[in-house]
Amino acid sequence: MGLFNLLFGQKGFTHGIHPPYHKDTADKPIRRLPFPPQLVLPLDQHIGKPAIPLVVKGQEVVRGEPIAKADGNFSVPLHAPATGRVAGIELMPTPKGPKTSAILIDVYEGSTQEVLWEQPRDMSELSPQEIIQAIQDSGMVGLGGAAFPSHMKLAIPDDKQVDTLIVNGCECEPYLTCDHRIMLEHPKALLRGIRYAMRATGTEKAIIGIEDNKMDAVELLKGHLSKGSPVEVKAVETKYPQGSEKMLIKSALDREVPTGGLPADVGVVVNNVGTLAGLGDLLPKGRGLIERVITVAGPGIAKPGNYLVPLGTPIRHILDHVGYEGARTEFILGGPMMGPAVSALDTPITKGTSGLLVLNEPSIEEESHKIWPCIRCARCVSACPMHLNPSMLGQLAAKRKYEEMAEDYHLTDCFECGCCSYVCPSNIPLVQYFRIAKAINREQAA
Amino acid sequence: MSKKTTIELRTSPHAHAGEDVVVIMRNVVYALLPICAFTVWQFGISALALLVVVTLTCLLSERLFNALSGKSSSLGDWSATITGLLLAMTLPPGFPLWMGAVAAFVGVALGKAMFGGLGMNAMNPALIGRAFVQAAFPVAITTWTPAFFDGRFSQFIPTTLTPPFLQPPGITDWVSEVTVDAFSGATPLALQKFEGVVTDHMDMLLGTTAGSAGETSALLILAGGLYLAARRMLDWRIPVLVLVGAAVTAGIFYMIDPVKYPDPLFVVLSGGLMLGAWFMASDMVGSPVTPLGVVIYALMIGVITVIIRLFGGLTEGVMYAILLGNAATPLIDQITQPRVFGEQRAGK
Ligand code: SF4
Ligand code: SF4
Repeated sequence: MGLFNLLFGQKGFTHGIHPPYHKDTADKPIRRLPFPPQLVLPLDQHIGKPAIPLVVKGQEVVRGEPIAKADGNFSVPLHAPATGRVAGIELMPTPKGPKTSAILIDVYEGSTQEVLWEQPRDMSELSPQEIIQAIQDSGMVGLGGAAFPSHMKLAIPDDKQVDTLIVNGCECEPYLTCDHRIMLEHPKALLRGIRYAMRATGTEKAIIGIEDNKMDAVELLKGHLSKGSPVEVKAVETKYPQGSEKMLIKSALDREVPTGGLPADVGVVVNNVGTLAGLGDLLPKGRGLIERVITVAGPGIAKPGNYLVPLGTPIRHILDHVGYEGARTEFILGGPMMGPAVSALDTPITKGTSGLLVLNEPSIEEESHKIWPCIRCARCVSACPMHLNPSMLGQLAAKRKYEEMAEDYHLTDCFECGCCSYVCPSNIPLVQYFRIAKAINREQAA
Repeated sequence: MSKKTTIELRTSPHAHAGEDVVVIMRNVVYALLPICAFTVWQFGISALALLVVVTLTCLLSERLFNALSGKSSSLGDWSATITGLLLAMTLPPGFPLWMGAVAAFVGVALGKAMFGGLGMNAMNPALIGRAFVQAAFPVAITTWTPAFFDGRFSQFIPTTLTPPFLQPPGITDWVSEVTVDAFSGATPLALQKFEGVVTDHMDMLLGTTAGSAGETSALLILAGGLYLAARRMLDWRIPVLVLVGAAVTAGIFYMIDPVKYPDPLFVVLSGGLMLGAWFMASDMVGSPVTPLGVVIYALMIGVITVIIRLFGGLTEGVMYAILLGNAATPLIDQITQPRVFGEQRAGK
């Protein structure tokens, strides 16, 4: 908002939207849910090559033990989230949609489910390369939703100079509060993780960017930092999509990642708070990523809150415990702006799942979904954080001029944040058009 | 867990601002209604009949073209209603009803349906209709009636009920009957242009002058426009910059020769400029979507309006200025694409 920047001298990103935030679960402490009878662990919970199974059907596994190994560098291993027996390796539905190969584990009912596999280490002795290796071994990926392998993100290419680690505590998606709770409940683990990441990347400075609707987290983290600490906490404007990498870098440092470029091109590496708190917890113990915090919320949920669940927990199991109702319901993994809707309740929670939202018909949309022609109201143009022209892109998409979209109207810069569709009074599914256009262009290029 | 749950599958985003086309259009109608009411108070049942006939014709034509193209009714989006009200307001209050119906039909047919309906039309349909009758019925469209004449609620202006396909009668005699003051039948614009008489600014602001049905009260137009702008259903930059463009252009000429040329405030308040700037130039469909494009478009309309007024054969130029602006919009949009986030352009 221009006025905001003017008044407060803050150089944030321009455009963006202010949807209702529904952060009602912000005061709900993280609680553990009972283990489900069976876990579904897809081998490709991360971006990159799927992991390679290390177990066979019928084999007994203990909680924490590696059950699949990384397939090369662009991949991460998988650890058993519960003690039990491997029921098989089968094709199962995943948040990514179609069926993919997954390890099924029948959880032992009587087990106390303590972590029985770990390799504690003295972190102070590790070199940057060893930290990177330890991160890969932990199976950590971006927990904010991207699920990009963390060790790859933190391994800075030789030709790039990185000076700042930006810690993303924005959590700009409506409903989600799991990162907020992690900051409040695990500040020490978070700061430990930040130090590891700074050592791994050789950065001298870290900025924790937090939207100013979470001032309690801002104050708390500031309280944990001594004077002269290389870590800085910065409150940024509450505005969607503040938590996208490029926007946060702009807000925190006033640097603009060039089109098609990476944060490293402007000397920055960005990590999510949940990811770093996870590393701060796991690395010294030498454990793998076996569970995560998710926000379960939405009007259809009886007991909304933040829950610590083992990876692989089917969403049906969670719903049974928190209670939900609704005749026509949408189940969303992640936030309402970018999260996918799932069609099967057997779909498991994976490493990249930050939330489970149950939206009932009235809250999905009060209005009918009638699509009108573009009335050129320009709302999408003034909402797009990438400063694209979604109106024009939408019209070209309708004419199937996909190449022109990419060549003349920067289609590839669209990161599918959803701002344009959100504001469009004609209910044009712009983002969906853009996804299709990109997919077709990719196909043609291949 | 209930067994009857139907799982909905949609693509993200799963949230929407909630304001759709219908809400926006309906609010435009709300903003226009006070202006319509004022017009009726000012010119009586003739103005009311004109509003009703023109708007109904727009609705019927829209429905007809829906049927012809095999689409479902689009009357629910209110856009045809807006076209009707706006068109009626640009016509003289005593404009023959049958001619008003022609304007409405032509506006919807040539200005909208031909392009494929709402959103596809390059130009403002109300102005297309108005431009057509301007050319077809040059006399009727410049026959003005005094405001607040006696008996305006009990009798029609003689021209109003002109039978179809006939030209309206002269009304000079009738005018002298219904008014006490001498009324020259001229609008402030015509008075200024041809006789050098400048109408009192206050009268124009309040709307007690002669003029097109809905063009006379700058104040009500402003109120309606500000309402829409406050609700972000109208881009305030367009009307403001149209008026700025007009005022600055007029100011330059006024400084050169204050006797020959009208002062900028007169230019802004007179004729259809207010209505055009707030409700027609700002029409989303015909205006650019890029921030810079909007500025160019609006200034251009302001400047052209004044040039036509001062140097053209017509007293009013706003209609053609907006149509020109509409026509230039695709080009303006194309050359003013915003700089994309992270894009490196030469020289930046
Ligand atoms: S989805 Fe793409 S085009 Fe739409 S607002 Fe986001 S970046 Fe812009
Ligand atoms: S928001 Fe929708 S209707 Fe408005 S210009 Fe963009 S695409 Fe067109």
